[in-house]
Amino acid sequence: MSSDAKKVLTSPIVDNNPIALQVLGICSALAVTSSMANAIVMSLAVILVTAFSNLFISMIRNFIPSSVRIIVQMAIIASLVIVVDQVLKAFSYQLSKELSVFVGLIITNCIVMGRAEAFAMKEKPVVSFLDGIGNGLGYGAILITVAFFRELFGFGTLFGIEILPLIQNDGWYQANGLLVLPFSSFFIIGLIIWAIRQWKPEQVEKD
Amino acid sequence: MSDSSDKNKETFGKTVGFVFIVCVVCAILVSFSAVQLKPLQVANKLLDQQTKILEASNLLEASGKDPKSIVATFNKYVEAKMIDLASGEFIEGDPVLFDERRNARDSEKSEKLENDPAGISRQSNDAVVYLVRNDAGAVETVVLPIVGSGLWDLMYGYVGLEADLNTIRSVVYSDHRETPGLGAEVMNPKWKALWPGKKIYNDSGEPVIKLVKGGAKAGDVHGVDALSGATLTSNGVTRTLQFWFSKQGYGPFIEKYLAANSNGGMK
Repeated sequence: MSSDAKKVLTSPIVDNNPIALQVLGICSALAVTSSMANAIVMSLAVILVTAFSNLFISMIRNFIPSSVRIIVQMAIIASLVIVVDQVLKAFSYQLSKELSVFVGLIITNCIVMGRAEAFAMKEKPVVSFLDGIGNGLGYGAILITVAFFRELFGFGTLFGIEILPLIQNDGWYQANGLLVLPFSSFFIIGLIIWAIRQWKPEQVEKD
Repeated sequence: MSDSSDKNKETFGKTVGFVFIVCVVCAILVSFSAVQLKPLQVANKLLDQQTKILEASNLLEASGKDPKSIVATFNKYVEAKMIDLASGEFIEGDPVLFDERRNARDSEKSEKLENDPAGISRQSNDAVVYLVRNDAGAVETVVLPIVGSGLWDLMYGYVGLEADLNTIRSVVYSDHRETPGLGAEVMNPKWKALWPGKKIYNDSGEPVIKLVKGGAKAGDVHGVDALSGATLTSNGVTRTLQFWFSKQGYGPFIEKYLAANSNGGMK
């Protein structure tokens, strides 16, 4: 893999993270991070949709009339999201029962459209595909980090396996009710952004 | 965005043509995946339902979680039958095709409720009941589906009753959108373990089963601990149960069924 392609693939994970730096896709990051399993499936779904929407849009980028380009991107993204939702329903019914609403909302996830508009409309298909995977990974990395804290301290479990025994199950851990609620992700995402910017000060915006 | 050469090429006809082609390709992709995956999705849904019914009749531990053995156990012990709720009579009909949620939206197959404590707004005229037999062929558990509003949305579940149709074997929720950690504790095995042995009806035949805030007193056969921090969900569960076991719900069916079986009928 050339260094360029590698950069496209890995830079969105920390250096140009879609959630932490571009601040896109926050709403779904709040909703689906109550458990690790949900976060991982949602990340995979977003990786697939971003990668393939970038690929297809890049393939036809020279034919898309610029007056209708947004709606064409939307049609492609929406179709991919429906396919992902159908596949989930067929192969992972339990997760789809919890995630179905949010999978549908990938259509409105700004990361997907943002990458289509900002990258895939200008670049060649293969590198666009990698950019989609990279951004999906960046999104997933934040999602999974948030889910780790929320599930561990909110439910005392990881992947549904008990780590901190809860009081209501005769253990000693009083679950943190705040972390169970979606908006607690704001605090965790805020802390993640702070941590990344401590590590990489060049991400701090100039006043 | 696009280079200037695109702009020159852009005409009304080309734009419409391009959009048309994109739409057709997308439509084919979507319909193909929907049609191809449909059988798997239907099988998943049915399996999920059968798993819950087995759980409500305490057969899940015996069958295990393997899909094949769940289907086999279900087919061996469980008989699904359609009933007319108002008369309580068994009626003809294929229980597999019955869809409570679709019926409740169909004005010909459901009634708008005047008195609607469970908050379901329309109630299907028919229902499916599940008669669960033991190895000797006698009905050991009757599983009745219930639905009612919780805090956020309708909660769907099953109540497993012993053959006296009064003693609860289990209450199993299958589908809900309650708050995780609070209302969603209806799925907690510890809470579910409080139900077996509770009685729905008092001596005068009224459904008095309820969730008790602060915890049910020891020896209270009609009370179960409410979910802490989830008053509205708990109230919803109480109203749902009392509604479904009243005259508006399974009351007529239970009466007819007991009358038919008290003189050694249905075995």
